Amino acid sequence: MPILDVRNIEKHFGETRVLKDISFSLEQGQALAIIGSSGSGKTTLLRCLNFLERPDRGVISVKGSVIFDAEDPATQQESEVRRKRLHFGLVFQSFNLFPQYTALRNVTLAKELLARERPEFKARKKEILEEIEQEGRELLKKMGLEDRAGHYPNQLSGGQQQRVAIARALALQPDILCFDEPTSALDPELTGEVLKVIRTLAEQKTTMIIVTHEMAFARDVADQLIFMDGGVIVEQGEPHQVINHPREERTRQFLSRYLQE
Amino acid sequence: MIEFFQSPVTQTILVALNKGFVVTLELFFITLIGAIPLGLVIAFGSMNRLAPLARLTRWATRRRGQEPGRFARALIVFRPIQLITRLLVWIVRGTPLILQIIAIYYVPGLVMDGGTPWPRGEMGRMTAVCVAFIINYAFYFSEIFRGGIQGVPKGQQEAGLVLGMTRRQIFFKVTLLQMVKRIVPPMSNEIITLVKDTSLSRAIALQEVIWAAESFMKGNQGISGLWWPLMFTAVYYLAFSAIVTMVLGRLEKKLDYFQV
Repeated sequence: MPILDVRNIEKHFGETRVLKDISFSLEQGQALAIIGSSGSGKTTLLRCLNFLERPDRGVISVKGSVIFDAEDPATQQESEVRRKRLHFGLVFQSFNLFPQYTALRNVTLAKELLARERPEFKARKKEILEEIEQEGRELLKKMGLEDRAGHYPNQLSGGQQQRVAIARALALQPDILCFDEPTSALDPELTGEVLKVIRTLAEQKTTMIIVTHEMAFARDVADQLIFMDGGVIVEQGEPHQVINHPREERTRQFLSRYLQE
Repeated sequence: MIEFFQSPVTQTILVALNKGFVVTLELFFITLIGAIPLGLVIAFGSMNRLAPLARLTRWATRRRGQEPGRFARALIVFRPIQLITRLLVWIVRGTPLILQIIAIYYVPGLVMDGGTPWPRGEMGRMTAVCVAFIINYAFYFSEIFRGGIQGVPKGQQEAGLVLGMTRRQIFFKVTLLQMVKRIVPPMSNEIITLVKDTSLSRAIALQEVIWAAESFMKGNQGISGLWWPLMFTAVYYLAFSAIVTMVLGRLEKKLDYFQV
């Protein structure tokens, strides 16, 4: 059974159709890369998965249970949505770290707020908070940022900020971690350090969806690749095959434009 | 010079001015304490997106299989709370504070049968002036707050949402401090204006520092025809605005550790 199953997602912004008939599924421990030009609907797709946009049609299932069905309002209740979001983590193109908190606090804040809802929180408060902080430090260490725990976002480089953002998303142990063009806002020399972290996550069999413009990276890291254009999936398959031997003319055109640059 | 300050006339005048300035300070602090929370409520009112007719209109047009026309679109964006709040913002910001003070103090007494609702004497004047100032400043503050809230990038809220935070948690844990940082400079401006605006309560003869100083021109405690006490009130305002500027400057500095 796939960990994520997306069926016939469709999304309109007013008159414009941004997603049409998007269907794919993802197995546990796999990495899916989504490529395509700007405006092809990649980001909107990720935002739909994270309940930041509501699809007009379609069904999203995680681990076999339906978490969203456009036809069924019961799956869209505000109170439920909050919990369902936790199946997914999202790393933004522009990091969106909380500027008033240190790197460590950025990582631990959400987990701490969730812990407060646990019935035993009051009794074991100190213990739980220490545990969360310890986990936060370990995650930062995993990102190579153990000496940056006390720094504020404005004291960090873009690459460091993005790695803090990845640690922040990982802290809630999402089933599926989504990346929305994680290196697009970075200088080329900072891109490498972020890609390295994502590569490590892939090696550790983290289930991921990566929207990216880094073709070589997508080919090397992903188990599955989707090429989107004009809101539809044009081609999907094994990454080497799609990038090196695309079947569709549109894919070929897109890739040749990319390889020229 | 020393003789001047030690003379009984000067002593009498300074005591009266001090007493007047205490009233000024009371008005200043009561206005701040009242107008800041009220301003926040008004700010949320002017951002309220409740559109009671949107769903019905969309449903009706869809049922008829049409695209919403001009009239339907107007119904969809009809947001009564926002509309009323923005109308009030326009009225309060668009009319002079002095007029609002006079209206709040005198008009109820003119239109109500039982006479003025305000207590008699100084107490009544103070209450009316506080009401006028709180309302006026709350509406000014509300626009600053709105700018502050809307100035926080949408990505901050989205980051909170995908981390499973509630809207309330996002406001208090993520947005609020960033908003405070953004609004400190415009609020400083407004608060320093408030220091001086308190003198408008002279219009209904609240016994604040300007009123106290003027009394020595007209005649008070056997002293009359003196114009320097009125000029001297400037010292009080300058000293107080210096303190206010310093406090707000400190706050700004305190929030310097992060960037928005």
